[in-house]
Order: sequence, then C-alpha cells, then structure tokens
Amino acid sequence: MESLSSLQIAISLLTQFLPVWVGLGIIISLSMYYRPHLGLYGHLFDSRVGTIGLILVLFWVLTALFADLIITHDPLAQISGMKNKRPGFPVRGMEGTFYLLGGDNLARDIFSRVIMGSRTVLSIAPAATVFAFMVGITLGLPAGYRSGRLDTTLSFLSNLVLAFPVILLFFLLVTPEIRSTGVPIYLAAVLFLFPIILFVVLFQSRFYTQPTKRNIYVSLVLVIGFWAYSGLAFNMDPLGVFYMEPNLLNIFVSVVFVNAPTVFRIVRGLTLDIKTRDYVAAAETRGEGPWYIMLWEILPNARGPLIVDFCLRIGYITILLGTLGFFGLGVSPESPDWGMTINEGRKLLSIYPHLAIPPALALMSLVLGLNLLADGLREQSLKD
Amino acid sequence: MWIFIVKRTGVMALTALCLTFLVFFLTNLQPNLEKLAKTQGTMRMSDEAVDRWLEQRGYKQPLLVRYGEWLGVSPGFLLVKDNGKTLGRCVKPGADHIPNYCGVLQGDMGWSTVFKDHVSSIVSKRLGLTGWLMLFVMLVMVPMALIIGVLAGMREGSRTDRSLSTFAIITTATPEYVSGVVFVVVFASSAVGLRWFKGSSASAMDDITIANFTLPVITMAFYGMGYIARMTRASMAEVMTAQYIRTARLKGVSFTNIVLKHALRNALIAPFTVIMLQIPWLLTGVVIVETLFNYKGFGWLLVQAASNNDIDLLLACSMVAVFVVLVTQLISDIGYVFLNPRIRIS
Amino acid sequence: MQQWDYDGPILEIDNLSISFFTRLGEIPAVMDFSCVVEQGKAVGLVGESGCGKSTVALGVMQDLGVNGKIVGGSIKFKGRELNTMSDEELRHLRGSEIAMIYQEPMASLNPAMKIGKQLMEVPIIHQQSSAEQAFVLAKQVVEDVRLPDAERILDSYPHQLSGGQQQRIVIAMALMSKPALLILDEPTTALDVTVEAGIVDLVKGLGEKYGTSMLFISHNLGLILETCNDICVMYSGEAVEVGPIENVFDRMRHPYTQALFRSIPLPGADKQSRPLVSIPGNFPLPHERPSGCNFGPRCNYYEQGRCNNGDIAMPALADDPSHASRCLKVSEIDWDHPPAAAAQTQSNSIGKLVLKVDNLRKYYEVAASALFGGRDTRVVKANENVSFTAHESETLAIVGESGCGKSTLAKVLLGLEAASDGSVNLLGKDIQKTLIHDRDVDTVSSIQMVFQNPFDTLNPSMTVGRQIVRALEVFGICASENERNNRMLELLDLVKLPREFAARKPRQLSGGQKQRVGIARAFAGNAQVMVADEPVSALDVSVQAAVTDLLMELQRDNKTTMLFISHDLSIVRYISDRVMVMYLGHVVEMGTTDQVFSPPYHPYTEALLSAVPIADTSVERKHIVLDGDIPSAMDPPPGCPFQSRCQHKQQVPDNLCERELPPMKHMAEHHNLRCHLSDDFLASMIPVIQLSS
Repeated sequence: MESLSSLQIAISLLTQFLPVWVGLGIIISLSMYYRPHLGLYGHLFDSRVGTIGLILVLFWVLTALFADLIITHDPLAQISGMKNKRPGFPVRGMEGTFYLLGGDNLARDIFSRVIMGSRTVLSIAPAATVFAFMVGITLGLPAGYRSGRLDTTLSFLSNLVLAFPVILLFFLLVTPEIRSTGVPIYLAAVLFLFPIILFVVLFQSRFYTQPTKRNIYVSLVLVIGFWAYSGLAFNMDPLGVFYMEPNLLNIFVSVVFVNAPTVFRIVRGLTLDIKTRDYVAAAETRGEGPWYIMLWEILPNARGPLIVDFCLRIGYITILLGTLGFFGLGVSPESPDWGMTINEGRKLLSIYPHLAIPPALALMSLVLGLNLLADGLREQSLKD
Repeated sequence: MWIFIVKRTGVMALTALCLTFLVFFLTNLQPNLEKLAKTQGTMRMSDEAVDRWLEQRGYKQPLLVRYGEWLGVSPGFLLVKDNGKTLGRCVKPGADHIPNYCGVLQGDMGWSTVFKDHVSSIVSKRLGLTGWLMLFVMLVMVPMALIIGVLAGMREGSRTDRSLSTFAIITTATPEYVSGVVFVVVFASSAVGLRWFKGSSASAMDDITIANFTLPVITMAFYGMGYIARMTRASMAEVMTAQYIRTARLKGVSFTNIVLKHALRNALIAPFTVIMLQIPWLLTGVVIVETLFNYKGFGWLLVQAASNNDIDLLLACSMVAVFVVLVTQLISDIGYVFLNPRIRIS
Repeated sequence: MQQWDYDGPILEIDNLSISFFTRLGEIPAVMDFSCVVEQGKAVGLVGESGCGKSTVALGVMQDLGVNGKIVGGSIKFKGRELNTMSDEELRHLRGSEIAMIYQEPMASLNPAMKIGKQLMEVPIIHQQSSAEQAFVLAKQVVEDVRLPDAERILDSYPHQLSGGQQQRIVIAMALMSKPALLILDEPTTALDVTVEAGIVDLVKGLGEKYGTSMLFISHNLGLILETCNDICVMYSGEAVEVGPIENVFDRMRHPYTQALFRSIPLPGADKQSRPLVSIPGNFPLPHERPSGCNFGPRCNYYEQGRCNNGDIAMPALADDPSHASRCLKVSEIDWDHPPAAAAQTQSNSIGKLVLKVDNLRKYYEVAASALFGGRDTRVVKANENVSFTAHESETLAIVGESGCGKSTLAKVLLGLEAASDGSVNLLGKDIQKTLIHDRDVDTVSSIQMVFQNPFDTLNPSMTVGRQIVRALEVFGICASENERNNRMLELLDLVKLPREFAARKPRQLSGGQKQRVGIARAFAGNAQVMVADEPVSALDVSVQAAVTDLLMELQRDNKTTMLFISHDLSIVRYISDRVMVMYLGHVVEMGTTDQVFSPPYHPYTEALLSAVPIADTSVERKHIVLDGDIPSAMDPPPGCPFQSRCQHKQQVPDNLCERELPPMKHMAEHHNLRCHLSDDFLASMIPVIQLSS
C-alpha cells in the first residue's frame, strides 16, 4: 500500500476529530445563546483573544474526553516494521490503517500517543492547580490579614521553597528511591489536609449562628474529605474508589508543593490590598471572626486576579509536567506523556522531525489556549 | 540602609543553610545511599556488602554529623582498613596530606564520585560555560522584551499592542523543549533544509560562533522574554493612564517626550524587579537547553549529579543555584528601593 | 507660535455636544452647552457628579481620551476654533495659553521627577528658554505661590511636600507661561478646609495679578460665590442657568438651582427653622434621559405634556439679558414662595448619660523608616487627653481636619484599637481596653459605625439583602431565617429604599443608596450609639440632604446617640446639639452648637469658620487665612499644637504658646476651650459669620 499524501493526512486528521468538532459546536452555540445569563463567561466572547483561547482549551478537553474514539491505534502497541516511519505510512498487518503522524523509535503510533497524552496532562494539571490554590489560599489569607509573626514565618518558608531550583527539587523528589522512603506520603498527608481544613472553616465561620445547618455542612465535608484523603494519600480507602498510584502521587505532590508558594504570594498581596477597604472594617466592627472576614469578605473580591492566575497556572503546570517527562521523570516509562515523547524524539530530530514536533505543538497549543483564555478573562473582569 | 543589607544577608545565609540541609537530607536517604553504593561498587552487591561499603566510608554516622562534615564544622570521617588503605571524607587520590577538616568553610567542596575530581574545579569550569550562555541570553532577551513591552503598552489597545501582546503570549506558551525542538527542525535539520545554524552546541564549549550558539540562545530568550514583555506592557499601560501623564500632555509635551522622559522612568521600576526574579527560573531553562544542545555546562552537570546521586557535587550545585537566586532577590529588592524615589527618600 | 492678542471673549463655547462611545453605544455626556468667558473674568461651572462639567473642561483642552468625541458645536479660544486645530497647534496652546489643574495634586505630579524639572519643562518647550532662564523663572513662580524656601522645593520630589504645597506647585506649573485661560477642575476638593482657603486666596490673587481668565469647576456653591464673576449651573449634561453670580444667587430662576440651594445648609439656620429639602428621585442615567427637560421628573413645577415635549431652549430673562434659564415656566413660577413647610418635628429632649470618655490617650509606635525597620521608632500621639460625654437622643459633632485624631477616636470607641490610657465607659461598662473580639454581642451591637466612603462600605460581591441579614445573624436578632428576612425588608423600608433592592448587588446602586444600606446595616442591631464618620462627605450635595435627614429621623425615632464626625461646618451647625473641635489629637474647644459657633472662639475654630465657603450673598465673613499646612502628627509643634499657625499668637506674652500646653478654660456652662489667650481678648472677639440684614 502507498503512503498517504499530505492532503490525505490532513483530511484524515480532521475526520478523526469529529467527536470533538461536534462537541465544540454544541458548547459554543449553547454558550452564545445563553450569553447574557452567564456573567464573566458570557463576556468572554466579546474578546477575540479570549474566545480563541477558550476554543483551544475546549478542543483539548474534548479530545481528552473522547480520546478513545479518536485514536487510531493502541498507544502502547509496538507494530513491527513501523519504526520511525514517516507520517501516513500504511500499517503492516492492519490493512487500510495508517500511522497518521508516523511511528516513533519503538514503532508506536505517534498520533494516538499524542492524543492519549492529552488525557494524562488534563487529568493531572487542573487537579494539581486546585490543590495548589487550596494550600495557597489557606495560608495566604491569614498571612496577609494578620501580618506580624505569622506573616514573617510563612513568607520566609514560601521564599525558601521558591528559592529552591524547581528542576533540582524534581530530581530529588520524583525518583523511585524516594518513593520507598515514604517522603511523598508525608507530604501528601500534609497537603491533602488543606482542602478539608479550608472547607470546614468556611462553613463554620459562616453558619455558626445556625448550628443545625453548620453541623450538616461540616459533617458532609469531614466524611467525604477524609474518605478521599485516606484513599489518595494512604491508599487505605475501604471502598476502593479513591486511589492514586505511587508514581503519580509523587509527581502530583511535587507539583503542588512547588506551585503553592506562588499562589500564597498572590493571595497574600491581594489580601493586604483588600483589607484596607471599609467593608472589611465594617465587618470587624460587627464583631465578625477573622476567618469569616478572610473567606467571605476578602476572598470573593479577590476572585478576578485569582481566576486569571488559575488558568495561567494550569498552563504552567502543564509545562512543568512536560519538563518532568522530558527528563524521564514522568508517570511511567511507556506512558504517552508529551514531555517524554519529545525527549524520545529529540535524539533523531534532524532526520526525523515527525517524532518530536507533534507532541511539542500539542503542548504549545494547549498552553497557548490557556494563556489566551486567561488574558481574555483578565480583560473582561477589568471591564466589569 | 546598611542595616537592611546586613539583615538580608543574614536571612540569605539562613535560607542557604536550610535549603542545603534539605538537599543533604534528601540525598542521604537510605535508598539513595544504596544506589550510590551500587553505582560505585557493583550493581549486584549484596545488602551486607552495601552496608559495609557505606559504613567504611562514614555514611552511617548521624545525619547532622555528616552535614557538619560537609560544612566543615566537624572533622572528616577517617578509617584505616586492615589492609592499610585509608578511607574517609577527606581522602583524595593523589594528595599526600589528609586534612582534618574538609568542608565548605575550608573552601573544599568535596569530591565528585561521577567525575572523580575536585568538585570546586568541575563546578567552576562548567559554571563558566553556562555564564557565557546566560550572558548572551540576557543581552538578547532583556532589550527585546523591554522594547516589545514599551511599544505595546505605549498605546494600549492599538493594533501594535494587540499583535505584540499576542506574540508575547505565544512565547510564554513555548517552553524551551518545545521551541528548541521547533527551531532545530526549522533551522538545522534536513527536513526543512534551511541549515543556517547547527543543532548541537558541543563545539561552542571551545569556541563560540554564531552558527553553534544562536539556537540555544534564542531558545532560552524566546521563552524568557514573554513574561518580562507582558509585565512591562502592563506597567507601561498603567503609567500611561496615570494623572501625571495627563498633566504632561496638557502642558504641551510631545508624545515622544512623554514616553521617554515621563513614563519610562516610572514604568520600568516593576519590570526591573521582574527581570531579576526571572533569573532563577532561567536555571530550569538552562538545564533543558544544555541537554537539548549538548552544551556541557552547569545545567548538564546538575543532571549528571542528580541522576547518579553524586552527593557532594549535587550539594555544590544546589549551593550555587540557591546563591544565585538569593543574590538576584537581594538586587531586586535594593533596586526597587533605589528606583522608586517615594521609598528611597521618605 | 506667538501668543496673539484678541479683544473679545477669551473662550466662547457654543452649543457644544460631547458623547462617549462605549460598548453600550453612544452616551451623550454634554448636550448643547454654551458659555462665554470674558477676558480677566472668572466663570464658575457648577453641578453635581455626572453632570458633565469635567467633560466640558476636557473638551476645551481637546483631551477626551479614546472614547470621547465632540459631536457638535464649537469652542473658540481667542476667536480661533479649537475643534479644527491640528495636534501640533493644540500642543502649542496647551500649557502656554490654556492651562488646566485638577483634583488630586499628588497624582498630578510625576513621582519620579524632581519638582524643578517638571516646572522648567514649560518654558523650555514653549518659550525655547535655556535651562538657566527656566530655573530663574521657576524659582520666581514658586515664590509667587507663597511657598517658602524655593530652592529646596525645586530640588525635592513631589511626595516630600504636603497636599497643600503640592497643589500650589501644580498652580505654579500652570501659571509658568502666563496663560490667558486657566481651567480649574475641583482644585480644592481633596484638601483640608483651612488649606483650601489658602489656595482659593492664592488663585484669586494671582488671577488679579496676571489678568488670567478662569473657568472654575466645582460642586461647592460657596466656593464659586467667593471666586467667580459669572456662574453656569449644569444638570445632566445641559446648562440650565447662566448669569452674573449675584443675580443668580439672589434671583435664581431655575427649579434645579432653587432645589440645589434648598438642600444646602446655611449658617444661621438650624434644623428647626430652615429644614433641608432634599431633591426627590435620582439622577437620570446617561442613556435614560427623559425627553424634554432633563430635570422634569424631579421638578416641583413639572407639567406633563409641556415639560416633556421636545428640547427646551435657553432664552435670556426678560429683565436681565445676561441671565438665562432653561425653563419653560420661568415667568410663571413664584420664585419667592418659601418651600412647603416641613412637618414641624419635635426634637427629643436630651436623655441620660450613655457614653463617657475620660482623658483618653492613644499613642502609636511607628517605625521611622517604613521599609528598613531598624530600631528607631517614633511615637504618634493620635489622641491626647480627650474627654467628653454623650447622652441619649443627642448629636455630638466631632470636628477637625486630617490628623486631628477623629478617626483614631472612632476606632478606639468601636474596639478596633485599644486605648493607651484613660477610660471609655459605654452604658456602664469600661471598654477602653476591650478589643472587639473580646466584647460580648450586646456591647458590640450597641455601638456601630457608618463609614465615609459609600463605594467601599458595602461588599461588592454580596447582595444588599444578604449583607443586612448577616448583621442580623451576628447580632442574634430574630430566631429564624424567615424572621430575619422580614426584619431586613423592614430595615430597607426604614431607610426608604425599595424592597427589590434586597436582591441587587452594590454596583447597581448609587452612592446615596449605598450609604443608606450602610445605615440600615449599622442600625440592624438597634445600636444605641451611632458613630458616623463623615457619612455624607463623599455624596453629592442634593443627596447629602436626604441622608442627613434620614440619620436625624432614625435618631428621633430610636433615641440614638449620634457622634457625627465631620469637617463640614455647615452640616454640623445644622444637625448637632454639641460640638467638639479637635486639632492634632487635642480637644481645643467644646460646647453647645450655639456656643461654639459664636464668640469667644478658640483661634482654630475661628479660622475654621472663616474658611468654610458659604453660598449665601447676604452673609459677611471675617477673612482669616492660616499660614502653612497642618503639621504632621509624628512631629507636633511644642506647647500648644496650634501655635505654629495661630493668628493671635502675638497676643500672649513671653512666647508662652510655644512652651506650654494651654489649660482647659471654662468659659460658660458646657463651654470649654484650651487656649492661653486672656479672657478679655476672648471676650472681645467679633463673630466670624454675620448676616447682613
């Protein structure tokens, strides 16, 4: 069989993504229809930059979601005779199918690996960002609001972590040897506690005047929280729903640990600014507790810059995950992680560009989309 | 003012101590030590052999003692085996005299197990190579980023602004392993055929030429300039909407003079601090770029040390990295004070 | 370009229309505005926020920003049309022939450039002077604006000067090339009253000296009366009345002007005899302007079918060609008819003692250099020996300018700070050292505060209703959620806001409405003492009346004690029973309103009273202008805090004022003042404000 021409490759690629195009169409048209009711999200469509970013991000989210439908071959399968073959090469033994973007140095389908790689990235990056935000908010609010010794200590610690070269930290933490010492589990035990603390304080400070309501919310948080906690951190979930494999846990914890101080800094700065407003003073004169003021008066008014940073941070963590993969510290050696794929492909770069370019462009487009989205959100939230 | 610098230097020293101790702790965890023993001995050593190997070289002492040895506050471990061979921290091949203390305070950074040489000489040589790379990167990146930022922020919302901003956003989305790969394919491979530059900078270690150094420099500069450009743009745009710019305009000052004489002075305060704080992030870029382009500088050294758990070398690299970060933070803080008359004279 | 001579009016604005183009479409800001500024004269442009007066000024300078555009009419400067000039020609005019100064002096000066350099730029650009010539000129102008030590000032940065000094520099910069027209946009709004008086004096003097014509924009009618020859009143983008100032003030001929005057408190008037009449309704939003007369919906004389029928012209009055009014019913309305008499309200008699403050001291320790820390700490004596009492149903006004310690006092009372010394006794409990989180709910709810800045007083992310309900929750009012909701709606009724507002977010409310919500929130716990910290200073004049009335009504109905902190003596005169005057942390005078507002005065009170602009042509005011600025609280003058600026210091022998803090003199029952002046001298003081009958 003959290889596909460039035009044919392009057409096949487009058709493979069909579920994504359908999904995109539905979401975008629904959003446009309900625009006036959707607040900031609706205003996003006024900005060209934001809309393009949104489309790029949605593209990859849907790709990750529909990955099973899009891929042409098993990402891990090595088919002999396909080693380093150019894009569009027909597959031996499976008539009528092609490696749309060529084969890698272990004869696997690059196209399918890139698509599956999106799933890896999108399952880790947003979750890690959420956790980094939880830690950063829980520590940044009191540091900015209370100032004094708490602030000095926390700022020193955050500077400590920030002064540490990221790459060095990864090399030290994300190794099989570390895993056997249990250090990641200790880190996880501490870091995963923050969301639970945050939510408990959230509900307690707001509803302490209505004990029944407060009790319901807090118990819900504690039950679900500790259930997830036991599973994720210690792998002791009795029902087996929450589980994170050790290597993934390692990476997850390191990424959260590295990003939390920056979020801490941002939240602290915003808190220092907002706490001078009159409505905070009004809350104080009402006798409100400090955590109520921090979580319910200050935090909602910091949401603009925080939402923007959230998007940017997902992009940044994506890049970090790529860096990890690039140095071989990825989730597992065969996983179709973008960073790892780039690393594997770079050795033969001058001869076989098709090995490293697709994952590189994929990563770049996702991060670009996130950055454009953040920019659009920032523009629109300023106009509010 | 001087009190401030002294205080900060104190904090810096404390931070450096904490961080190096952390690195020491992590590299001296049991599994890492076992790995070290196996790479230095044979991969098939039995557990007792590993234990003996570690004990004979002083790795079984308490953690703080060993850290003290590295610092130079406690005397180096010394053991004379039955067969007359001396083993110890301060024992270096080829040296007759075995000093009592051999730590950082004595100027001895230790012995590299990977390169079998004094750590200080290895590090200084490689650091020099990276120094050249960083120099060229800064020379390219900083002026470009500032110019882009100023031109974009000067007239916010204009077409220049939109295109330059989009360009800046694109650069922040391309980490070094992405842009490096793309640049190599476009400029140095047979695929596109534009062979203007070389894809490997190994030859640049002896002699820097445009052909072998351009790609690593622009790869790093490309990613680093985005953030600086955006910060500069934001600062410039904010300054241009300030009241005192309106005063200048209503005084009859021309637009060029408004930008150059009135706005720039205020707008560049924030970017200066950002530039200083970007330098530590460039370290990650250095590691990636040196790996990509075969330039055996400091970044490459770091990777070698970490992959092989070469403890002394790793500690030395950490110290250098931490030192660079802290010094740039200090310069950034001082600069912020100096550039801002409101704080300098209060 | 040479300055050219011209015989006619300096500025002629004819049917000017300016619109802003935003994503909501075209929003007209100024419509058909006409105005003439003659040579050597000053024209005042008066209106409330959003009426378009600043837009007119920017239109004259042709600096409307990206969104603004002049869509009609002409602006002629010395006979030449400004709208058609090129950028280059405009640049030559700006700063040399037409100069503008505006509100915040600190923001108007480049923080990174020395003052001298900023001043010297003007002649260097416009007269091609050399640096030396420019320096000499700059030095001379700095001396003209009465700043001492010109060389040192030229070598300083803006932040090293005080607010008043900065504004003088801005004025100096505007006058550097002797412009023919000077536009002043609210130049004194951000300054203290006594400093404002100095600036106004300066501007008037310089105008006379250089023959500069002025366009003076302000919302303060009294200020305009003092400085201008003609007045133009604006409402919602239109000029509604123009004319010579005495004519307009004495014989106003537009319902809005009349309503505006009636909502301003005047001296010699107290709340019983001349109640403030607030203007009902709200400003129309730019895209919601009614057809016909803009003021129609709020006008007492509105006539359906006539007043909303097409554009209204602005003809001159029959008996006075220089005076014009945009009202169809000018000749029909009986302008001398007094306002409908308000229901005579019986003020409550003063009740029992509620709050007693005795020798309160509050000192702060501040690091000498904020950034570098270090061992040096300075002590800021924010409150020094403050003593007063307050009773049920009483309004005690606390008057003073910035740095007098009134905000600190409020903070100590509310528990946000602990007193350094002295006692604060509220309803029998000593609370001077109890911070807010140590106080029980009853104490907390019994003293509450209304804040100054309406735009910051409500949390922008929460609905109005929820914020009031939260106050109810925290104070433990009502037992169930339903009851609380009802109580919240009742509170909204109490502050005269429609119940639908409960679901709105603060950004959908106007300044006055937000302040009302703030009041409702503070009253949620049935507070017995209400501390109002400049509650109306940030509001428009016509809205001030309504909110002030509301506060008084709430006080009457609930027998609340009100501590009214303000620097606006007119409102203080209007609503308070007793007044306490503070300066640099000390109480300098205290007494009933009548006692404080008539002699004998503390010199500071005297100066303060003479500095307040009064919008009444029938009032004669003694003219006292204080030298210099208010000293910093970190570095108070020795002896009497006021001695560095006191106009009567020479009357005390031996320089006693510079050495010793004066004792509190007991002048009459309830009237004390802290001064070294002899009783004879004090008795000989003449009233500052006299009504010429």
